[in-house]
Amino acid sequence: MTIKTLTMGKANLEVFAATLMELADKDSNILAATSDSRGSGKLGPFGEKFPEQIVEVGIAEQNLVGVSAGLASAGKNVFAVSPACFLSARALEQVKNDVAYSNQPVTLVGISAGVSYGALGTTHHSTHDVAVFRAIHNIQVVVPADNYEAREAVIAASKSKVPIFLKFGKKPMPNLPRLENTFEIGKASTICEGGDVAFIACGETVALAYEAALLLEKEGIQAEVISMHTVSPLDSEKVVETAKKCRAIITVEEHSVNGGLGEACASILMQEKLYVPFKIVGIPDEDTVTGSQTEILNHYGISGDGLYRTAKGLL
Amino acid sequence: MYRGETILSGGIRKENSLAMSQYTDLELQLKSVKYRKALLKYIKLANAGHTGGDLSCTDILNVLYNDVLGVTPENFAIRHRNRFVQSKGHSVEALYVVLADKGFFPESDLETMCQYQSKYVGHPTRKVKGIEFNTGALGHGLSIAAGIALAAKMDKTENYVFTLLGDGELAEGSNYEAAMMAAHYKLDNLVAILDHNTLQITGRNREVCSPYPIDEKFKAFGWEVVSVDGNSIPELRKVFHELPAEKSKPTLIIANTVKGKGVSYMEDEKKWHHGVPSDEQYKQAMDELDALEKKLVKHSIVN
Ligand SMILES: Cc1ncc(C[n+]2csc(CCOP(=O)(O)OP(=O)(O)O)c2C)c(N)n1
Ligand SMILES: [Mg+2]
Repeated sequence: MTIKTLTMGKANLEVFAATLMELADKDSNILAATSDSRGSGKLGPFGEKFPEQIVEVGIAEQNLVGVSAGLASAGKNVFAVSPACFLSARALEQVKNDVAYSNQPVTLVGISAGVSYGALGTTHHSTHDVAVFRAIHNIQVVVPADNYEAREAVIAASKSKVPIFLKFGKKPMPNLPRLENTFEIGKASTICEGGDVAFIACGETVALAYEAALLLEKEGIQAEVISMHTVSPLDSEKVVETAKKCRAIITVEEHSVNGGLGEACASILMQEKLYVPFKIVGIPDEDTVTGSQTEILNHYGISGDGLYRTAKGLL
Repeated sequence: MYRGETILSGGIRKENSLAMSQYTDLELQLKSVKYRKALLKYIKLANAGHTGGDLSCTDILNVLYNDVLGVTPENFAIRHRNRFVQSKGHSVEALYVVLADKGFFPESDLETMCQYQSKYVGHPTRKVKGIEFNTGALGHGLSIAAGIALAAKMDKTENYVFTLLGDGELAEGSNYEAAMMAAHYKLDNLVAILDHNTLQITGRNREVCSPYPIDEKFKAFGWEVVSVDGNSIPELRKVFHELPAEKSKPTLIIANTVKGKGVSYMEDEKKWHHGVPSDEQYKQAMDELDALEKKLVKHSIVN
């Protein structure tokens, strides 16, 4: 089997928009709040179909989050949709105080996340978002891997009583296999099993880890791939279980190596005294190279081939 | 002239005429055509770019760099040079093209724009010579410019600080924080230019989340506000050379522009906020700009 034999899905972001339309159709309390971002959020059709359920604040992300918190406190079920870079940096204090600390169940939808904006550069990258939200109490961080997880995450968020940050890239994703077709926030999903090395990944990088697993399989190396879609609160049981089962662990994220999924896993392993060979793959702490999303990811070894080589080096 | 007296050369005021006399209006108009053609060329090559906003602010950048700022690669290191912070960073292609023309780097460098490992990122970056600040997240430029202007006041230097804002960008609340503070510190060396093309990504500013009335808002904050045709070289020159519009007050220049200016099918069309012309569209754009160039030259000969 190769990654190419998987069926190709849509961009997770499109699945988000379609799912939100479905939900909004049944519940007029569901609102999309945007900051001149409905186009990039794929919410054009939403705005046309539900003009009463979209709130546009203009290019004002701080206001977006504050207003969303206010709307939520008055009983609205708000999805605040804005590029992840601005939502997690510009509006950080509103997220911390108005949403998380004040416990308003707003769903913050960070679009074009990670390095999806490619050559638009550092102002537009959000390789810090998971780290900052992990350090804030009372906000869940969910990074869906494929269309299935994207849809389930949106549905779960619509029912949630706590704040959630949902992170989406914009490129079409393959539909991944998984051992069990269930989705629960805070519970990792196993994509495939193997005892030699485990890739614990999140978001769009899960597909890349799976690609690496298929390359390793050809050489008789059995790799486990885990979609750690919820980075906060982390499924620490799964991390511990994986360390006991596999000879090595590689974490993968489209995020800074500082403060993200990798360090979250490392922290658990160290404190549980599980000293397995371990490697964090992500965006290093340097001026990010210019290029398309794929070029940037390849540059830092966040690719099927790069992860394959990292695994070989670790084993 | 600035305060009716001096000029900026090497970023420092001197007792002689303004840089303004260096070019005729026609020469600057021809430069605008050249800049528009060049920025379209590099957008086409990069297969990416914020085309509409580039074209709306081309004349503003032209007049700033050729007639007002007086910055050159040689004097760029002088601390109290006149400074320009492009707050609407997405219009970087226009800025790169103008900086190349000013000799900050060879224009051919822009062939790498947005390519793998290029330093010519799709938003202003100080990796590129001539760029003052890394921008691209909207709503930062006015505060930064106010800070630079305040430093000039502290050091009693005569330099000016300019920033270019988008009208959609005006929704960012930081603008009003900076507006209040700039008036409080009487920063009459601070000039904000609004690229008033009336469009943002989603559509008309007025319909998305209205910023109006813009002039009255800034006046209420203690600013002097002037309006100008932001695609008219003579009008822009005049307004800049009458600065400060009022002593002890920061100035807002509302530059009324057309988004996509110079390319008929892009003009006032929201979909050209970003976008790359097809081969056919590219040819049409170049033909239109060539025709404009010929017309300008012919007109000047007739007169
Ligand atoms: C803080 C921030 N939010 C959102 C964006 C995305 N964005 C880039 S350009 C743009 C529209 C800008 O409209 P306007 O200010 O009117 O610029 P212009 O029409 O001159 O292109 C938006 C929303 C951004 N760059 N920065
Ligand atoms: Mg505009």
